[in-house]
Amino acid sequence: MFVQLIVSGLATGSLYALLALGLVIIYRTSNVLNFAQGEIAMVSTFVAFTFLETLHIPYLGAFLLAIVTSFLLGAAIEIALLRPARHPTPLGLIIITLGVQQILYGAAGWVWGYDTKVFPSPLSDTKIHRLGSVVLSEVNLWILTASIILMVAFLVFFRYTRLGVAMRAISQNPTTARLMGARTPWIVSLTWAIASVLGAVAGILIAPVTFLDPNMMLNPLLKAFAAATLGGMNSLAGAVVGGGSLGILENLVGGYLTPELKDSVAFFVIVLVLCLRPSGLMGRHYRRRV
Amino acid sequence: MDVRTDYLQEIRLFRSTAARRWFALLLVVLVVIPAVVDSYLVYLLALAAVYIITAIGLNLLIGYTGQISLGHAGFMAIGAYASSLLMLKLHFPFALAFPVAGLIAALFGFLLGFPALRLTGPYLAIATLGFGIAVAQILVKWESLSGGSMGIHPPKPSFGRLVLSGETHLYYLTIMMMLLMTTGAANLMRSKIGRAFIAVRDSDIAATAMGVDLTLYKTLAFAISAFYAGIGGSLMAHLVGFISPESFNLLVSIQLLSMIVIGGLASILGSILGAILLTALPYLLSGIKNLPMVIYGACLILVVMFEPHGLRGRWTKIRLYWRLWPF
Repeated sequence: MFVQLIVSGLATGSLYALLALGLVIIYRTSNVLNFAQGEIAMVSTFVAFTFLETLHIPYLGAFLLAIVTSFLLGAAIEIALLRPARHPTPLGLIIITLGVQQILYGAAGWVWGYDTKVFPSPLSDTKIHRLGSVVLSEVNLWILTASIILMVAFLVFFRYTRLGVAMRAISQNPTTARLMGARTPWIVSLTWAIASVLGAVAGILIAPVTFLDPNMMLNPLLKAFAAATLGGMNSLAGAVVGGGSLGILENLVGGYLTPELKDSVAFFVIVLVLCLRPSGLMGRHYRRRV
Repeated sequence: MDVRTDYLQEIRLFRSTAARRWFALLLVVLVVIPAVVDSYLVYLLALAAVYIITAIGLNLLIGYTGQISLGHAGFMAIGAYASSLLMLKLHFPFALAFPVAGLIAALFGFLLGFPALRLTGPYLAIATLGFGIAVAQILVKWESLSGGSMGIHPPKPSFGRLVLSGETHLYYLTIMMMLLMTTGAANLMRSKIGRAFIAVRDSDIAATAMGVDLTLYKTLAFAISAFYAGIGGSLMAHLVGFISPESFNLLVSIQLLSMIVIGGLASILGSILGAILLTALPYLLSGIKNLPMVIYGACLILVVMFEPHGLRGRWTKIRLYWRLWPF
């Protein structure tokens, strides 16, 4: 029971981690809490749905097309709306992402309707794999594998490629990074694009489980925020750790205590952890000057 | 005219006699309005007054003290449920239940102020967001007290024999409270406490060095802000006549935040303008088919993109333009 709860918690947690990674890289490079992240993922998932259902493109093709859409959408939002904002306050930027969220939500409801749809998926929810005493459905197994592969690829990208180094440089000091030859504005746009792709992958993976409607990403997004802060808003590894532990924590509370209050308990634990470590589990704490 | 020559001018409530006269005119307009317009508009104005109270409270916290809260709907919920349940279950008279509801919300605000001593920026945002979600979930779960997700019908407010029913009565009640709370906030910001809030926002380390007690003022800011939200929530419960945990979801918290950012941070006038605009906007847009959310979102973005200081910043610019006019 205990191991079972942990493993299925990890599957949910890895989705939170994917979304949280997107939130963290955007926060690091542009200092914005991106409330539109969930809605970008939702729209991309709907795009995949349209390719699958109305245009009858095979699953992999639809998946790739949705990824491209999310990439363009993320970059477009940054270029068209956040970059031109003059002398923005941090809260002003948050309001812009909230505005984007409302627009995408309203547009998705208008185009695809508010009723719940079943997302066709080659993976079955009922087929079960046994790993020792632990039972894992095929969907969950794929969710775990796909997100672990993606996370590792992503961490390698950030650590070892020139672009990854440039992104880290910008997160430390945009002006210096620019003086060192990093093309700051474009790299920031690219960050938004990559974050949107991470979200879209999470959306497409989660859609067969939660079904498809404009509200589908609201709850995962909140959890991703919680996961990102639990891990530390400025730490990539923290997002992964935060996502995993939030998934497990939620599942344990749901399994042993009460499923109705699992969000409340999870948030309570997060606030307690934050009170002990104010910059998250793996976040670095900087002393400020007056 | 705007050049200040002594400290007394700095802390005056009204800048000039002209401002005093405009305010008197506004009072007269507010009193006559229900006789002139139809009852639906009166209801909308009362609703706007409720949001003005709550937005001012939130602005005291975010704009003046620099502490973010994404859980203010939680305080509204506490105020709304406290005043309704005190009247329904313990048979408190309205005149007592209503301020007590505000105080209960303030107590929760005081408690939420403690994590704020350690947390800043996004961490505080998530902690307060969690508070908002937890309040809604607990209200759903605790059915014996709150009626669960079915909600409850708060009784009509009454003073002795006088039962306030109908839009006009409730309008006068909310408008009176709005004026009272607005004056309260304006006075608070002129006082030592208000100055301490601003010092904490500008630099909490420097404020401590100057002798501002951080623990006291941060928790106080949360408590006062929650008191405003509790009063707002209580008024809203009696005005709308039905509350459920859904009436205080995350969307409401986000809307309150949008109100003060769009109206203008650290400004009472800004909170008022933002609250009025965002209360009116959904009703103005409801005639448009399919796209009200899209236009609402676009409005948020446009205001922030072209006027980072909000409606209040635009207002200042317009005034300056006319004062300097032919130049």
